[in-house]
Order: sequence, then C-alpha cells, then structure tokens
Amino acid sequence: MAEIAEEGGGGHEKKGKKRAKKTSTRVDMTPMVDLAFLLLTFFVLTSTFSKPKVMSLAYPAKINDLPPGESPKINNGITFLLSEDKIFYYTGEFYPADRPGKDGPTKLTATDFSASGLRKVLADLNSYVLLRKEGLVKKVKAKQMADTTYTREMEQLKGKPEALKVLVKTDDKALCKNFIDLIDEVKIAEIGVIAPVPMLPAELKLLETEIDK
Amino acid sequence: MPKLKIPKSSPAIDMTPMVDLAFLLVTFFMLAASFRPSEPVTVNTPSSISDKVIPENMIMVTVSEDGKVYFNLTGAEARKEALTNMMGLYKVSLSEEQVEKFSLMSTFGCSMKELPSYIDLPGDNRKEFVTKGIPLDSLDNQLKSWISYSNLAALNSGQTAYNEAKRKGLSPVANDFKPKFVVRADGKALYKKAEEVIDVFQELNLNNLNFVTSSEINPNN
Repeated sequence: MAEIAEEGGGGHEKKGKKRAKKTSTRVDMTPMVDLAFLLLTFFVLTSTFSKPKVMSLAYPAKINDLPPGESPKINNGITFLLSEDKIFYYTGEFYPADRPGKDGPTKLTATDFSASGLRKVLADLNSYVLLRKEGLVKKVKAKQMADTTYTREMEQLKGKPEALKVLVKTDDKALCKNFIDLIDEVKIAEIGVIAPVPMLPAELKLLETEIDK
Repeated sequence: MPKLKIPKSSPAIDMTPMVDLAFLLVTFFMLAASFRPSEPVTVNTPSSISDKVIPENMIMVTVSEDGKVYFNLTGAEARKEALTNMMGLYKVSLSEEQVEKFSLMSTFGCSMKELPSYIDLPGDNRKEFVTKGIPLDSLDNQLKSWISYSNLAALNSGQTAYNEAKRKGLSPVANDFKPKFVVRADGKALYKKAEEVIDVFQELNLNNLNFVTSSEINPNN
C-alpha cells in the first residue's frame, strides 16, 4: 500500500551535516495493478476464441427439364415437412388423397427435434448404415483398419441403395433454426444423401390440415 | 493480568506476485485474442455437430433475423476487383479513397446506390445505417452480380496465390485457393429468406454451400 514519506514536522532544523535523503525503495504499485486488471478485464470480455464452424451441404443441381409439381423419385427415402418449430415425416413415395397407393393415401407422422424424437426415427430407419458403422469403428479401435480406409468405407456405405435418403421440404413459416437442426440430426444419423426440394401443393395442404389438428 | 499483545503487522502487502500474475494473464489474452471486425448486424446462428472451421477464403451471405441480406467477401484485392466491376455494371462512381476504404471493410448490406454514403460513414455509425439489405429480387438482383463478380475476383487472386505457393516450392492443393460459399443465417430468420439466397447461388451453379453454425457436442462420440 501507499507508503507515505514521513517528514519531520518542521520546526527545528539542524545546521549540521547535510544528510542524504532517505527514500523508501518500495514503489507504489497500486496504479499499475489497477491498470493491469483493467486491461485483463477488457481482453477477457472482448476476445473471441472459438471460430465459428461451418456445416457443408451440397444442394442438388437445378434440373430444368423436370416437369413442375413432380419431385425426383428415390428409393428408401424419408421426406420431412417443416413448419415453424413443427416437423412431420412420411416414408416412401407421396400418395395424395385422390390418388392413393396400395396402403391408401400418405399420412404424416409428427415428431419433434429432441433426441427421443427425430434422432430415434432416423436411427431406426438408417440402422443398416449405423450397424455397419459400429463394426467399422470397432475395427479402427482394434487397429485393424486405418482411418483413411474407414472414411472411404463410410462414404461407400452412405451411398448404398439400402442407406436412407432424406428429402427436406419447408413451408413459408419454417425457420432457419428448424432447417439446420434437421440437417444436423441427419448428419448425426450418418445419412449421406440430403436433398432440400420444394414442397408439392398437395403436401402443403396435408401439412396445413395436420397443423390445424 | 498481563496485557494481551497484538502482533504488529505492516498494512502494506507485497503485491508483486499478484502483479506478475495479472500481467501474465494480460499478455496471454492479448496474444490469444482475435478481434472481430465490427459487423453491421448481429446474427445468432444455430448449432450443429460439425467441426469444420470457417474457411479463410470465402464469399459469405448473411441473412439477418428480419430477413435482410448482407454480403461479405474476404481478401482486399478481390474486394477491390469485385467492386470495380460492380461500379461499371451499376454506373456508380466511387473515388479511389472510397474503394480503398471498402476493401478493408467487412460485411455490408446496402444497394449499389446507397454504397457511397455507406462507405463514408464512420465505422461506429454503420450499424445504424437504414437499409433494406442487398436487393435480390428478379428485377434488380444485385446479390447475383455481387456473387458472380466476387467469385471471379476471388478465383483470380486465388490463382495468383496458388502460383506464388508453387514458385516457392510448396505443393499447394488447388481447391484450397478457391473461394468457398458460406451462408450465415440467423436461427430465427425465415427459411424462405435463406432459400432465396440459396436459389441465387444455385442459379450461378454454385451448389456446394456451407452454413455457419456454432458447435455442439456430437452424441456419437
């Protein structure tokens, strides 16, 4: 703390020898400490450490010769319909009410973005890939397979016909968060083929009646 | 009864260790900190498990919560080149000084007409600049022009950097020098708005997009 140089109260000055003034060797550090902590606080509050991450998504190239109102046909697919904080899905192809398939018209199933909802649905449907992935991971852990081989095998596995494919359709009320959350879950479930496609009018109608329920 | 003696201790504490520590921390934070350039809009991105770091060389389109579109391009040289082309296309003239200033800026979100007055604003006031964002409707699709000119400019400067690396005897990967396309959308923005931006990218046949996210823990690991 501050050292106050004590001087004689004045008064009796002696005329004898001149003495060298004794000054304390201690320097008052308080202002320096103040400054150091001020700077410290400033840097702690302003610095950003984690750089933002990016999630890659390859969009399908625009196909101009596809007739409007028809989505590309895929096998073993699941289609997600997104609205504001709501998510519905159906598997396989879409059959509108006026043109039912062999199991009748398509019905939407509701789910949510939690681990027990969406993640479980995807894990169940994509069990083909996930089971084989477990086998591969075991091999890598036992040092029977190189990391590069694992990556290549995974890529091949994701592209197999048995692997699940995902179509994402959004309505006008869907938020970016919903979309990113869905893509994130799809990536967690190790699904390689993700296609964001426009929604058909019949699907939108079905979605709206489902939301109104 | 003897009097209780209170040991006399100096009220001055030796602060040297504390100062040492404080300065150590200051030095650490000073060196470790990277400063974000001031952005005209704050965006809260959703989270994902992805661990890919945001690319150095990129063209970024931001969609804010209220649906406005902002644009950003990295690299001062590429920015200058893209701006010069845009000035020619939209017949907007800027002084050399303004072009220089623009090349050091980050994200902006205004039409070509508003750009000169936007550049002239001091840095702190740019946040308050009233604008509708970069127009991207079919009548006046400035975003499309920005993306295509920026892509060309970034490819050019990437080519120079690639040649430079090759000359130095390194073995550069050509793909690292190509610009990456990044969409940064606020979690609360309507996806419809982000889709409009994505459509513009797709019209230009740029289909590999990256979404900016904050990181979260992967449940698989």
